[in-house]
Amino acid sequence: MAEITLDGIRHAYGPVRGPDDYALKTLDHVWTDGGAFALLGPSGCGKTTLLNIISGLITPTEGRILFDGKDVTLLPPEARNIAQVFQFPVVYDTMTVAENLAFPLKNRGVKKADVRARVATILEMLDLAALADRKAASLTADLKQKISLGRGMVRENVAAILFDEPLTVIDPHLKWQLRSQLKRLHREFGHTMVYVTHDQTEALTFADTVVVMVEGEVVQVGTPEELFERPRHTFVGYFIGSPGMNVFPVRLDGATAHLDGETIDLPAAASAPPSARTELGIRPEFVTLGETGIPFTITRVDDVGRERIVHGEIAGRPASAIVPEEGEVPAMPRATFRPDRINLYADDWRIEFSS
Amino acid sequence: MTKTENNRAWFLVLPVLILVAMNAIIPLMTVVNYSVQETFGDNLFFWSGTSNYVAVLTSERFIHALLRQFAFTGIILLIEIPLGVAIALAMPRSGVWSSVCLVLMALPLLIPWNVVGAMWNIFALPDIGLLGWGLNSLGFNYNYTNQPVSAWFTIVLMDVWHWTSLVVLLAFAGLRSIDEAYYRAAKIDGASRWAVFRYIQLPKMRQVLIIAVLLRFIDSFMIYTEPFVLTGGGPGNATTLLSIDLVKAALGEFNLGIAAAMSIIYFLMTLLVCWLFYTLMTQRDARENAS
Repeated sequence: MAEITLDGIRHAYGPVRGPDDYALKTLDHVWTDGGAFALLGPSGCGKTTLLNIISGLITPTEGRILFDGKDVTLLPPEARNIAQVFQFPVVYDTMTVAENLAFPLKNRGVKKADVRARVATILEMLDLAALADRKAASLTADLKQKISLGRGMVRENVAAILFDEPLTVIDPHLKWQLRSQLKRLHREFGHTMVYVTHDQTEALTFADTVVVMVEGEVVQVGTPEELFERPRHTFVGYFIGSPGMNVFPVRLDGATAHLDGETIDLPAAASAPPSARTELGIRPEFVTLGETGIPFTITRVDDVGRERIVHGEIAGRPASAIVPEEGEVPAMPRATFRPDRINLYADDWRIEFSS
Repeated sequence: MTKTENNRAWFLVLPVLILVAMNAIIPLMTVVNYSVQETFGDNLFFWSGTSNYVAVLTSERFIHALLRQFAFTGIILLIEIPLGVAIALAMPRSGVWSSVCLVLMALPLLIPWNVVGAMWNIFALPDIGLLGWGLNSLGFNYNYTNQPVSAWFTIVLMDVWHWTSLVVLLAFAGLRSIDEAYYRAAKIDGASRWAVFRYIQLPKMRQVLIIAVLLRFIDSFMIYTEPFVLTGGGPGNATTLLSIDLVKAALGEFNLGIAAAMSIIYFLMTLLVCWLFYTLMTQRDARENAS
């Protein structure tokens, strides 16, 4: 278990001619000891690159990585004392399930009795005890992935356990079960865990702290609550939440925002640089449809059981609102926004209200 | 409801049947026919039952040729399979050099067999051949035309040179199919180079190596052209392998009955070994998957 510090990490896969050649843009971050972190972002945003830099499979072009203050930038993965679980199950076909789990320990010369005890614990934890003597090759994909997870967790003293979208190949109902198992293991053993995913539900349920990345850049680091309530970047607003945050171009004037001739009251005054593109963000959860407010043109209503998602347009921009199952929605509704849930953006980055 | 039978479908299979009959069944049956008869020339044949088979199986000449054949096949398999795997492991996994290596490896396979024999015949000559001359100047007493050990050394070396490439190409194909994630996982798990080979590379190569062993077994068991051109089976009978012995009996001595019986025995042996091999391997797979 360790605290992992990323100090000015940058990485490019090919030659560097300009700042756009970096697959991973400059990054400073500290993963605190024993935390559960998620790296969330769309495919190709650099999250796997970052994970491989931490495990040592890739050496960053620039910057340093410190484990508990010790520089490990140039150390190979086997010298870093780190465990990693990959997207697709990797099992050693000729070994039994138990031998697979024992492999990382044996390679490090752990005493036989200790190996046996530790493997038994992991088998028990993952409900694999009944399969201990089966050949790994004959198992289904999700059982194989369980073995991979087990191999990741079998070493007690690892600095961190890294998960690279480990539940992609797992059936949805098993996914949920495995995720809670991981969460329980985190509580029991207190390893530092970093979990890469493009699935917001996975990230938000697993992690205490979520790091959102887009195009090689970290746009926000925060708790699930912070990501939901105060997205630092319009991308975080879109990406997290279902449906994502509504974003409308507005003109700011003190404590009022002007949207296509209508006015919206803000909780406090805010100002943005005069040249900046200013936008207002409001989550569908905090849009109310009624008789007053800004005209809202309905295009489609999805009934998802507990509530209804109303899709439509405000001022020619796509918008959505979540309304309760009971109660009427007027045919030509108007929308009001809950003032304390409004976020303002200047050139896609959040600006604070001057209170 | 009656089932309509369309016999015209047979016409579609007919060309294949004719082809197979012409190049496999009819020649084989002719051989079977010869093997149970005795001839004294003038196209006069007499029924002789199993006497040819008994004669072949009890003759010292046949037993010796068979033992030499097994020794040869055993030796080249023991050399070519590990060597081929080792070369495949040492080859660059991708990029330009990978292609260069593949082309270089494929070269010996493209050379006609009698040319290979002729090349080595000259290459190994003790007075003017590079290999023969070189070995003699290093102090070895080497002459493949009159020393059995030298002759064996030369045909084994020639076969290794000619056919290891095949094993390399097959093993390389097996290695290429291994996903990068396995190597990464092994690094994370702290596996040694040997453990990576033993638990990742070898299991993934097993299927292609089975094919490699089978092909090399069949080919080396039937080998004729190269040793015939190189040593002609000599010195004495030192390198007279089964097929060379067979041709000697059939064309050299015109002992058609004996030669035919030898052919059938030869054919059945190859078939038997391949079948044994194949069943053993596939059964092991089935057992592993079922367990």
